Amino acid sequence: MSPQLLFKRLLLALPTLFGVGLVVFILMRVVPGDPIAMMIPPGASPQDIATLRAHYGLDHSIAVQFGIWVKEVLHGNFGTSITFRQDVLDLIGERLPATLELGIVAMLLACVLGGIVGVLSSAWHGGALAGLLDGGAALVQSIPDFLWGLVFILVFGVLLPWLPVSGRLDPALSQDAGTGFILLSNVARGRWDIVGSLLSHMVAPALALGLPVSAMLARVLKASMQEALGSDYVMLARLKGLSGTRVLLREALPNAITPTLSLSAVQFAFLLGGTVLIERLFSYPGIGSLAITAVIGRDLPLIQAVVLTFAVLFISINLAVDTLVVALNPRLRGSKA
Amino acid sequence: MTNFNAHLSDVQRRAFLKSTGLTLAALGASGPLQVLAQTSNTLTIAYNVDLPSWDPTVGPSAVNPTIQALYKSVLSQFIDQNADLSLKPDVLTQWGWNADRSKISMTVRKGAKWHDGSALTAEDVAWSLRRAADPATGNPIQFVWGKITNIKAEGDKVTADVKEFEPSLFKWMAFLTGYVMPKAYYEKVGKEGFEKKPVGSGPYMVEEFVSGSHMKLKAFRDYFGPKPVFESVIIKFVTDPSARVAEIESGRSDMTMEIPLEEFDRLKSKGLGGTNAPVSDIGMIFLTNVEPMLNANVRKALAMSINKKALTDKLMRGAALPIDTLQANTYEAFDPSTKVPYDLAKAKALMEQAGYSKDKPLKFKVQTTRGFKPKDFEVMQAVVGMWKTIGVEAELEVYEVAKHYELRSQHKLAPAAFYNWGNAIGDPSTSTGFAMFSMSPHSAWKTKDVDDLIGPLWGEKDEAKRIAGYKKADKYIADNAYVIPLFQYKQTVMFRKGIKAAPHGAGFVQPQSVTRA
Repeated sequence: MSPQLLFKRLLLALPTLFGVGLVVFILMRVVPGDPIAMMIPPGASPQDIATLRAHYGLDHSIAVQFGIWVKEVLHGNFGTSITFRQDVLDLIGERLPATLELGIVAMLLACVLGGIVGVLSSAWHGGALAGLLDGGAALVQSIPDFLWGLVFILVFGVLLPWLPVSGRLDPALSQDAGTGFILLSNVARGRWDIVGSLLSHMVAPALALGLPVSAMLARVLKASMQEALGSDYVMLARLKGLSGTRVLLREALPNAITPTLSLSAVQFAFLLGGTVLIERLFSYPGIGSLAITAVIGRDLPLIQAVVLTFAVLFISINLAVDTLVVALNPRLRGSKA
Repeated sequence: MTNFNAHLSDVQRRAFLKSTGLTLAALGASGPLQVLAQTSNTLTIAYNVDLPSWDPTVGPSAVNPTIQALYKSVLSQFIDQNADLSLKPDVLTQWGWNADRSKISMTVRKGAKWHDGSALTAEDVAWSLRRAADPATGNPIQFVWGKITNIKAEGDKVTADVKEFEPSLFKWMAFLTGYVMPKAYYEKVGKEGFEKKPVGSGPYMVEEFVSGSHMKLKAFRDYFGPKPVFESVIIKFVTDPSARVAEIESGRSDMTMEIPLEEFDRLKSKGLGGTNAPVSDIGMIFLTNVEPMLNANVRKALAMSINKKALTDKLMRGAALPIDTLQANTYEAFDPSTKVPYDLAKAKALMEQAGYSKDKPLKFKVQTTRGFKPKDFEVMQAVVGMWKTIGVEAELEVYEVAKHYELRSQHKLAPAAFYNWGNAIGDPSTSTGFAMFSMSPHSAWKTKDVDDLIGPLWGEKDEAKRIAGYKKADKYIADNAYVIPLFQYKQTVMFRKGIKAAPHGAGFVQPQSVTRA
């Protein structure tokens, strides 16, 4: 992707973000659930309630509140969380790395599992094992991530208690806050005890998030592989006497992977959306569980910032993958699309 | 193509089976990965709520009763509570009113220390009260603290004037936002600094706090009260009930609470310890003074047709006790003589007098939460079923608790709405008073006859007269079915063999209350 096109795409992202901010702002003030009503203690007088409302800046009209919010956001101030009493950007900065690490591990699992199943199912196409893999993929895809989460809590938490089912790190191990990317920083530091604990805490939620995505990737990869295996260049490779494995992995797979890669980007964005429920289920301290807490507590500044963060992630991921797809596929280079 | 694929199939199937076998073997050899809960001097609790903020005097956490037990592990209150809700000394060792109830005086404990080693003084108490009374801080209990003025500290004494007599003032010092905060430390580190490193004077010091995940506590050697049994405590914030069951069943946590009622019985049968004791929280149906509830016969019929014993014994599996007023039996104004009988025949007769029957049913909307409290939706489903037998076709609407708060504060609840009402101090003003007095933002039934009974009690200086007044109001409300109290909740607490946790009437699950069996 040319720098000009990239700049244009970035510019187009701004109105999208403004639209998201506006919709969420209005929605959260129109739907039932007044944050002040949740805080009113017994015995509060109308004056007490008015004082509380003014304390949280909710005593103005929605239009004025939005104007104040936009002005503050443009100055880098997203407000203070009603529930956590902290700057919302600081809060998101603390929690986002945990979600990104979980999302990346889940996506890697999904790509590996989906890739293996997709390739094997193509290789065994028409056989009983391929049927089994296809049926399994359909079943896995039809079960939502939160249900997988409950299954893994039961299996790995109770029946075979091999894995922890809550938190991000064993509390017995000290956590160096740093950038928040604890997995990456401890890999770099060679602290394998912490890395092991982090990964063991991630397995169940990452599998819950990644399994449905892996099934989808497997099915798309298989379809692309089937198409590639019937093409002329594969036929030519076969005529040259290349081994079946080589034809599959060196000739068909590289050409079939582009649509899977594009899909995986979209799926990664949706997978991050899935962290909202999965993090709550596994008490994983990321931005997803933060979103649930914010919604339950009608923490308006935090909800707005969390939704905007997800929007930024969504746009960034799509932009990054579009760039990657163009880089990987020579036929798309120079295209204006 | 077929041969080609068949060739691939043979090669890759073998490779696949081989690699799968190796993976399974590796998993089997690795064995359990987790570090199980400690049996030594560390207590691990899977707690059902997160702790968003460390300042117990502002924000939503300040009025969340469940979070108070976490605060009470680290911070001291002005006054503490026994398990039966009666008051006992905490930072204050003595407290009382002057003769005309216009001034209060308090004695501050000598020798108490903050976790940073500095001395806890009367000035800390005075500053905490001044801060609570300042509306600019956002303390939501202004209607109590705002009545205190001219707060002075001298030696170990704190005195203040009270602008308007508040009968439950000292009880509030043991409840929401009634915490002693460290003046010097807070002024030095500010709001953000306190959130990052809270300093209290309670039995445990904060060693590590990871928002949304866990906190590590360490016993405070200079704590003025009884020394806690466990030197270290890990509190994991596990908000999902299934995950809490997994925590206790797998042995990763020593203790947990608020698990599904069915799981409580199952886990107990597997040898885990557990208590299921009544707490200061009740399930009730708010009636709003709109049609059809303005008809006394309808209200009384609705109240009489609910088989509360069936609800508590069968549906709630014994995890609740039937009640007939808003006073649970541990509350001060509880009067066992006030009863609302379960009488289906009389209920049907009352409905017929009101002009309704099974053939000509009364229709109205009922609101309930689903999953906010144990079996809330199921209870209301059963109630709607019971009402059907007397000629009521109630439409059940499920809503979020946030919507309940908003509708209630705007007096826009449906004619009947399920809710739970906590009252950790057991005072009748914080149950019947605020739930039924029309000026309260939390009342749904707003009529003058009830106000005439409750109104004079707010400033009643004779305690015996005040309690008797509330008993009279409760009887009047029960006789007129202005509200339908259903049951008092019990709290489920589950713990591993070798430890025991004493139940607290306010539902506080505190690490300092856990001992070895």
